[in-house]
Amino acid sequence: MTDKERYKAMFCNPNWDYQTLEAADKVISRIGEEYLKLKTYPNQIEIVTSEQMLDAYALTGLPTSYPHWKFGKDFVLNQNNYTKGRMGLSYELVINSNPCISYNMENNSTCMMLLVIAHACQGHNAFFANNYMFLDWTSADSIVDYMAFAREFILKCEEEYGEEEVERVLDAAHALMHHGIDKYKKPSKISAKEENERLKKLTHVKRENYNEIWKTLPTATALPESPASEEYKFPLEPEENILYFIEKHAPLLPDWKREIIRIVRKVSQYFYPQGATKVMNEGFATFTHYHIINKLFDEGYVNDGFMLEFLKSHSGVLYQPEYNSKFYSGLNPYTLGFNIFMDIKRICQEPTEEDKQWFPDLIGKDWLQQVHYVMENFRDDSFILQYLSPKVIRDMKLFTIVDNELEDEYEIGAIHNERGYRKVREQLSNQYERSQLVPNIQVTKVELHKTSKLYLTHYIQKDRRLEAASAKDTLEHIRYLWGFPVELQSKNKLGINESTYEMK
Amino acid sequence: MSHIIDRRKNDKGKSTGNRQKFLKRVENQIKRAIPDIIGKESIKDSKSGGSVKVPVRGLDEPHFRHDPKTGKKQIVKPGNDRFNEGDRVPKPKEGGGSGGRKGSNDPAVTEDEFTVVLSREEFLKYFFDDLALPNMVKKLMDSTESYLMRRAGYTRDSVPSRLNIKSSYQQSLGRQLALKGVFDKKLQLLEGKLAGTRKKAEKEALQLEIEKVRRQANTIPFFEDIDLRYNNFERVPVPVTSAVMFCIMDVSASMGQHEKDIAKRFFTLLYIFLTRQYKNVELVFIRHHTEAKEVDEEEFFNSRESGGTVVAPSLKLMDKIMRERYDDSWNIYCCQASDGDVWSKQDALECKSLVLETILPNIQYMAYIEINDKSRESDLWKAYNRISNDEDFSTRHVYEPYEIWPVFQGLFRKRGEAAAA
Repeated sequence: MTDKERYKAMFCNPNWDYQTLEAADKVISRIGEEYLKLKTYPNQIEIVTSEQMLDAYALTGLPTSYPHWKFGKDFVLNQNNYTKGRMGLSYELVINSNPCISYNMENNSTCMMLLVIAHACQGHNAFFANNYMFLDWTSADSIVDYMAFAREFILKCEEEYGEEEVERVLDAAHALMHHGIDKYKKPSKISAKEENERLKKLTHVKRENYNEIWKTLPTATALPESPASEEYKFPLEPEENILYFIEKHAPLLPDWKREIIRIVRKVSQYFYPQGATKVMNEGFATFTHYHIINKLFDEGYVNDGFMLEFLKSHSGVLYQPEYNSKFYSGLNPYTLGFNIFMDIKRICQEPTEEDKQWFPDLIGKDWLQQVHYVMENFRDDSFILQYLSPKVIRDMKLFTIVDNELEDEYEIGAIHNERGYRKVREQLSNQYERSQLVPNIQVTKVELHKTSKLYLTHYIQKDRRLEAASAKDTLEHIRYLWGFPVELQSKNKLGINESTYEMK
Repeated sequence: MSHIIDRRKNDKGKSTGNRQKFLKRVENQIKRAIPDIIGKESIKDSKSGGSVKVPVRGLDEPHFRHDPKTGKKQIVKPGNDRFNEGDRVPKPKEGGGSGGRKGSNDPAVTEDEFTVVLSREEFLKYFFDDLALPNMVKKLMDSTESYLMRRAGYTRDSVPSRLNIKSSYQQSLGRQLALKGVFDKKLQLLEGKLAGTRKKAEKEALQLEIEKVRRQANTIPFFEDIDLRYNNFERVPVPVTSAVMFCIMDVSASMGQHEKDIAKRFFTLLYIFLTRQYKNVELVFIRHHTEAKEVDEEEFFNSRESGGTVVAPSLKLMDKIMRERYDDSWNIYCCQASDGDVWSKQDALECKSLVLETILPNIQYMAYIEINDKSRESDLWKAYNRISNDEDFSTRHVYEPYEIWPVFQGLFRKRGEAAAA
């Protein structure tokens, strides 16, 4: 019996064992590397039970994380939904780390296992390892170590300062999680070991510079305020990373609290690329598993029965209910991403007249190279803006609805016709911009020398105002961290203040 | 090279710590819900249900977000089947702007109906916490023992009815084999001698001998007394596993919802207490106004009846049920709750003698709780108080929920100390 026959027998048996997985991984890795030219991190495939999957869900896949009630809440919520049958668990969960850890459900059939290995361990893995967002904003090498460090640190803090106080800081920092990212500056990379060393050095410097004599200094007798400081504006430029600003500049924050804020900020930053590349990431992984499994079939590793099961799951993943279906819950990122990637391939291979007009750069190029280029250099909004083709718009029958709060009716803005393509494309791209979800709020001023009051400005976009109740609650958290009064102003296009929230 | 790891054997409880933190967070809500749950669920459920659902809300994690109702939004949707550019569609009323966006997967939808499922242990912890309870103290109660005969190997003499045929036969087989071996050896020896001798007289003697041994060998008795084995039994003390709890409650017009609620909590507590002690606890509910009636739990706590109060019939009914259904092997407990109102002094006195003469001799323990604000001493209280000894009959006043546990604890502590002394 040749290897291929042996493998085929294994893959077509619905019951898998360790050897099956090993063989699947071997064959699929080879196809990924030779056929799709994927460069990946090494894989760590973990077989888990549904309960362990729920655990993994709660920590968004991270093998470890600091203790916090939020994760418990997510766990309870998922568990409720799961046991009541309101929610199914996904077949796999994969995290951006090196080695790339993926959790596969134990009750997957052999076909599902192969699909999952192709999808997660090749598709997602390659995406993590090559997309610029992940390369620039995360460090896959150190995230697991870093989370272990974070856990240790928070546990130590809980011991030293009490669980309640630590929880308070974490709650406050979590409220600002979306405002803890440098969208433009690329963050420096730092591993857990370096992180520990950095901390040690910090205390060391402090100890060295400590001198009893400073205690004997008289408290500052009111210095005459220099006129220059009146004009000194701080911060010089508005700061979008509110967490960072508080970490560095909150006047009375003890160091351990600053460190906790830093941890939350780092975690937030780690997850930032995932939010920004959902469509691309899932689209590319689906594109990958589709090609790999078909290649397996072409090379004779699997039989027709296997393919039928595969196609059923594959089309299940790509199911896109229509806008008026009761199952509709937004665009399916798998479908959208997969369709766009498939269309890039089609345009490279069999362009139509229309394609020649819309995508002159793709015509006649090697499809694989183009797919790689796109996968490496874009994120959802730019990906859609550049590569959503009229054909995909037509196939998915995309249309836009204008919902203006001042009017009683929706207006259909554009449909899948000549006049609408560009509009739909632009709108859809906008929809995946971060500013759609996260209001643009920046630190604009600190009243130095007087009240130390912190001023935040919300720049209103498209007349979208803040939800008052949650804004107030969030502001209370900022007040706690900052330690002094905080004010938030919502300003419209003209720079006129529309509403003010204040915490004294 | 990939690593494939089977994690299934690893610990499952990775989220336990975080879940605990979360429970602590909603502790107040859970505690607030507990009276409701006790009110709603039946007494037995609070013990055997295994889990309790507590709805919680307000777990919002605030962050800055857009008010969904504001602004000018453009939304791209799939599957256009009828629209043209510029068409206008009326907004659904109260649709919250974004129409079908709140799909079934939206966590925001389910969060409102968020329920926490507590295990029985967790529930009891909160339940007892609510009553400012220390750890449950099981040892305070005497465990009544009875005896059970248990098999304990075999014995050589006993009555024929306990004869164990299998092991007796084993003994017999062994004995037969052993004896047969001895005779065979003897026979061999004798036959060897016979072959070696030529003297006639000796030959005849040997042949006689051989004949005798052969006969002996063929007539080994099938059973001898020493073969017989009998099943052996031992008397082992075992705690009695069954208890019955009589709940007697006054349902006359003077018992309001508050009084009933207190009574129910007290009954629940006693029930939980008993289930920790006994494997099997049965409940008998007797309610009475001018007459007594055995009812099910649902009716016991919920249906209303009015009228005056005569207590004695309920005790008579209890005595009757006791004699009919529960023999000596049952541990019998009785808990009576009343607001103390009785029709006449005569009734109170009759109760007293009933308790003293027919009930107390047959039961483990009786508790009487009077649910009123102690502003006056009722006739029943006075009558009972004279015979209460805190040994097997205790009387207590309760009026507010927080008083329940101290009273409950007091009832059993006194008893435990008395027994220890």
